[in-house]
Amino acid sequence: MSTVLVVVEHDRGVLADATREALTAGRAIAAASSATLEALTIGSAADGLTADLAAFGVDAVHQAHHEILTDYGPEAWGEVVAQAVRLLSPEVVLATGTDRGNEVLAQAAARLDLPMVANCTVLAGDELTRVRWGGSLLEQTKLVAPVRLLTIAHHAIEVAPSDSAGAPEHDVFVPDLDPALVRSVVRERGQRVAGITLSTAPVVVGGGRGVGSAEAFTPLEELAGLLGGVVGCSRAVTNNGWRNHTDQVGQTGTRIAPTVYLACGISGAIQHWVGAMAAKNIVAINIDPDANMVTKAGYAVIGDLHEVVPAISAEIRRRGG
Amino acid sequence: MSLRVLVSVKRVPAPGARINLTADGQEVDTAHLGFTTSPHEECAVEAAVQLVEAHGGTATVLTLGRPEAEEQLRYAVSVGITSAVLLPIEGPDWDPQRTACGIVTAIRQLESAEGRYDVILFGNESADSAGFQVGIRVAHALGRPMVNGAKGIEVADGMVHVRRPSDAGEEAYALPLPAVVGVKEGINLPRYPTMKGRLASKRGDVTRLDVTAEPGGQQLVRLFRPPERLSQTTILGNGPDAAPAVVDLLEDLGVLA
Repeated sequence: MSTVLVVVEHDRGVLADATREALTAGRAIAAASSATLEALTIGSAADGLTADLAAFGVDAVHQAHHEILTDYGPEAWGEVVAQAVRLLSPEVVLATGTDRGNEVLAQAAARLDLPMVANCTVLAGDELTRVRWGGSLLEQTKLVAPVRLLTIAHHAIEVAPSDSAGAPEHDVFVPDLDPALVRSVVRERGQRVAGITLSTAPVVVGGGRGVGSAEAFTPLEELAGLLGGVVGCSRAVTNNGWRNHTDQVGQTGTRIAPTVYLACGISGAIQHWVGAMAAKNIVAINIDPDANMVTKAGYAVIGDLHEVVPAISAEIRRRGG
Repeated sequence: MSLRVLVSVKRVPAPGARINLTADGQEVDTAHLGFTTSPHEECAVEAAVQLVEAHGGTATVLTLGRPEAEEQLRYAVSVGITSAVLLPIEGPDWDPQRTACGIVTAIRQLESAEGRYDVILFGNESADSAGFQVGIRVAHALGRPMVNGAKGIEVADGMVHVRRPSDAGEEAYALPLPAVVGVKEGINLPRYPTMKGRLASKRGDVTRLDVTAEPGGQQLVRLFRPPERLSQTTILGNGPDAAPAVVDLLEDLGVLA
């Protein structure tokens, strides 16, 4: 019987959401090919995840234990995956399409001298579909390999627990790790920034080149404050030094998914659009009725953001009392 | 201690609002597009220049790509890179395994001639194909530690100290040199070329190294566009007079406190 192996992403025992996507995808592949669905957890901190994995119909959990696996390390984790592949001979190995998932599977692929396909959305036989240009293009790709190493594009698959959650078997697997691999294990941790962030804010007020200067973001800050949201920006803005890169929405910035995105003076180039397209509602404020952001948005105001944004804030205040 | 730094970059199309494809779906139609250095790698170039400014030494830029990629190499020289190496290929992009193999061959040649690179930088992933693996494969082949996603790099005490953000807070790594690091945009704000830099980049030599490598197991079949979300845009109004309509909408969507 063949095996589909899912590499469980976790942070010191806390399951990453994206792992549920990989498990959902893994269960579908296993069902289609009458394979068993197995999971690999790395580090004893993840031993407690068995119940979460069982909910996704995992048949067996392999728990890798080693003294250098106390925290995340791309090389050590990649080596564990490579050894698990040699030991278990799975047909397919799935990891998360996240920074860590892609990094670990690439480390494993390098060690196994196998191809790896990042950020897949559709998995059918040896033809796969994967994401390019942040999702604005798709690639149909052919994979020729004795073991297929794939990561699942984040947010591409709807998470679905199994109808028949069982009680998976679990075994401890002690990889043979070179102690030198501790060289790339996390050394220290900083504190998580408190409060709402760009990726979790219910409202984002975005500004583009049309804002014109760093100072001219003040009215956008004010509107974001009234709405309990945060300010975002396009790459043109960060390149001009008007705002910090941590505010950048886009392919090389943050992906946002707010209830409302107010896109002010943003033309809507691909680079920006792929970071904003998951917003549930988009209101474009732009002087150009033909701007890409206006034609793609559900709602638009045609006008100068420098007049429109303060008027919206004034209207909110007026209604507030 | 002066540093020898190598930075690997990729020439990519610079699309505007829409990416068009060639009729055979094999690549992006670049007939009306400019080209640029992939964004993360633009920041890797800046990081390389800053490392050499801080520690002394040399920074070399390398690309595996069509001969036109010389434009991106010269741009890197114009912002302060010391020397440039082109690994020319013809035809379509190489797959990730083949690309990594070609780059490893070139690095071994360059290192045996000129000495070891203390730090090799890559971009986190390329803007166009985004395979998330070339730098990692190169690092493994060279037996060097590698961390991707760097938003901070400093060299001290024979180590490269790397910071990267994560959902759980910032992570700090310390890799013993020689090491490989994948850089993410936001680590710095790349500088613009100076007039002096532009002149230097026009005069400077680009070293060409011919490398060969076998194709890997991943093969592009075709590119296509996902179904577009067709939206009818509701115009809420013109100018500041539209404010009440916008606030009505915000109320309907439940985002007004």
